[in-house]
Amino acid sequence: MEVQQNDNILEQVTTSDYKYGFYTDIENDMAPPGLNEDIVRFISAKKEEPEWMLEFRLKAFRHWQNLSEPGWAHIQYPKINYQDIIYYAAPKKKSLASLDEVDPELLDTFNKLGISLEEQKMLSGVAVDAVIDSVSVKTTFQDTLAKHGIIFCSFSEAVREHPELVKKYMGSVVPYTDNYFAALNSAVFSDGSFCFIPAGVRCPLELSTYFRINAANTGQFERTLIVAESGSYVSYMEGCTAPQRDENQLHAAIVEIVAMDHAEVKYSTVQNWYPGDKEGKGGVYNFVTKRGLCKGRSSKISWTQVETGSSITWKYPSCVLMGDNSVGEFYSVAVTNNFQQADTGTKMIHIGKNTRSTVISKGISAGRSNNAYRGLVKILPGAVNARNFSQCDSLLLGDQCGAHTFPYIEAKNETSIVEHEATTSKISEDQLFYCNQRGIDTEKAIGLIVNGYAKEVLNKLPMEFAVEAQKLLAITLEGSVG
Amino acid sequence: MLLNIKNLHVEIDGKEIIKGLNLGVNQGEVHAIMGPNGTGKSTLAAAITGREGYEITAGEIWFKGTNIVDMEPDERANLGIFLSFQYPVEIPGVSMTNFMRTAINAKREYQGLPPVPAGEFLKMMEEKKNLVEIHSKLTNRSVNEGFSGGEKKRNEIFQMAMLEPSLAILDETDSGLDIDALKVVAKGVNQLKSGENAFVIITHYQRLLDYIVPDFVHVLFDGKIVKTGGKNLALELEAKGYEWIKEQHLFEA
Ligand SMILES: Nc1ncnc2c1ncn2[C@@H]1O[C@H](COP(=O)(O)OP(=O)(O)OP(=O)(O)O)[C@@H](O)[C@H]1O
Ligand SMILES: [Mg+2]
Repeated sequence: MEVQQNDNILEQVTTSDYKYGFYTDIENDMAPPGLNEDIVRFISAKKEEPEWMLEFRLKAFRHWQNLSEPGWAHIQYPKINYQDIIYYAAPKKKSLASLDEVDPELLDTFNKLGISLEEQKMLSGVAVDAVIDSVSVKTTFQDTLAKHGIIFCSFSEAVREHPELVKKYMGSVVPYTDNYFAALNSAVFSDGSFCFIPAGVRCPLELSTYFRINAANTGQFERTLIVAESGSYVSYMEGCTAPQRDENQLHAAIVEIVAMDHAEVKYSTVQNWYPGDKEGKGGVYNFVTKRGLCKGRSSKISWTQVETGSSITWKYPSCVLMGDNSVGEFYSVAVTNNFQQADTGTKMIHIGKNTRSTVISKGISAGRSNNAYRGLVKILPGAVNARNFSQCDSLLLGDQCGAHTFPYIEAKNETSIVEHEATTSKISEDQLFYCNQRGIDTEKAIGLIVNGYAKEVLNKLPMEFAVEAQKLLAITLEGSVG
Repeated sequence: MLLNIKNLHVEIDGKEIIKGLNLGVNQGEVHAIMGPNGTGKSTLAAAITGREGYEITAGEIWFKGTNIVDMEPDERANLGIFLSFQYPVEIPGVSMTNFMRTAINAKREYQGLPPVPAGEFLKMMEEKKNLVEIHSKLTNRSVNEGFSGGEKKRNEIFQMAMLEPSLAILDETDSGLDIDALKVVAKGVNQLKSGENAFVIITHYQRLLDYIVPDFVHVLFDGKIVKTGGKNLALELEAKGYEWIKEQHLFEA
């Protein structure tokens, strides 16, 4: 019911004329569509932000106004009208009375993924009882984390409680001038997460369940900042393997990671935003800027991603290897089906000596989808003995889909070694029949073969994530052959 | 009768390969099928197991009282038909354990049973591994990936032992095997053999039949079974080759 109401409001607001002087009305739950300085001020005021945060947003906004949307990616979509979008809406209230009111198709998928009942309620917006309510979960986690001096909170909270840290690191890896979507995010970001691991601390938890609950309604423009002090370690899991039926059309997120001397950050993502229907209608546009800075010596940042959702994915989690002996890794599985389009990959920027990077990308295309790997390996003149190994494999299911590889290599130091391997394959009739002959039906066989193909990457995921990701791959490809 | 093939005609790309074949197999029997290269032995196996592209233009294949010609290959498998492939296929990244568990659970689902408990499954793996003397090194690897020719064949028998089919078709499982591996294959078959199930063994060599004694030996030539005899027929073929059968057949035709 609430959803319906929201829709109505959305429609009303989007079809009515722009109301001047709106920005004074701080009681409103939703901004009118469009983007201007007043809206930026409105968002900042709504979030009761300090002046410096507003200044940051305004600078980003002014910069964004002078940019134009990039057109180089191998994706096609109707022009986005940025003045049609609503940039602030108060978080939705969860108000369904029970799971009976939830879309049965969604529940079916939850069950296939083995998501617990309580969590199903949470994810689909059913009010949950006090015991597992997110606040109490949050408290348990935060007690454990506080003991180690770890800060893990929403971005807004960090702005309030830890302004020095936010000021110091926000925009230090992805400045608002970085690209069109980064500028947009910096101007209007809604919320996100902040994580700080003090020197020498090994975070005792996979930062996951907490996030899953925490992140459920952070909305369209989220922002994450992770700072790992010297000798610390954290494994951070973003997102949610359960399907998100987000009605937001455009997502532009930023993730920044800073790793100091000998620090290690493992960042895992399973992205399953709404991919649109079988005809290619609807679906989320996902434009994300993720970058890690290996600032200290022998620091390490690993990105592992399983991308199955969104109608459009534009995403290049990257590593800037500044510290000597630092290591960057990128492990990716990107699946596209029906009319989905993905242009994803990574950038490894070698600055320090003896820096090493590994890129393993597995693209899987089905239906009429398009899947592109785009990767840059850049070795700067000072990066003595830098090493990179990249492997980009594409698997095609059917003959109406496309796989593309765009590797860019810029090596400016002759002691560096850059290796690139690429393969394209199809699931063979022989493999399918072999499975069939063992009693395994074609759909299961494809799931099995695809998971085998992606194993190298799936193995990098934290255990609980890996199991769900495997199921997700199979579900995503359901009905893709027949 | 467990398997009853009547007047089977099979085409590949519009070319007729099996041309009116009849074969009856009862429970508890072992049938050997021999014949020169390219006469349709593997094609027959493909037709029985339902491989795409092998078009049955006429005839019937009865298995456990059902004509299975329109049945999907996975259903035929779950009904109890197993093929030991002449050329086993590699599936990179899929562990033998995962593959086997998926196959067994598919069969159990077909039979209306719940998935096999992990402990029971692992016990079964151990047991069957010992039976076919296959090394854990192999079952821990991806399906057939990088296996030697002999290891692949041994792995087929291992899968057969795990799945306990009612009808096992062995397509040249003995080709390329050293004598020890050959004995292992024979041991696998003989241990599995019961009054309930049956084997169809496609082979070029009499030597496997020293270990697995067939009840019938058939000669497949030009898409038909042209001669059937007891185990001595295999010895005779080994000694005399196929020329005399070809001549006899062409003379009769
Ligand atoms: N996929 C295919 N496409 C075209 N022709 C085929 C195909 N498969 C088999 N054939 C042809 O059908 C005939 C029978 O082949 P089949 O593999 O059944 O022979 P076989 O008796 O098993 O021989 P061998 O003893 O060499 O294994 C051969 O002439 C072969 O070339
Ligand atoms: Mg053959």
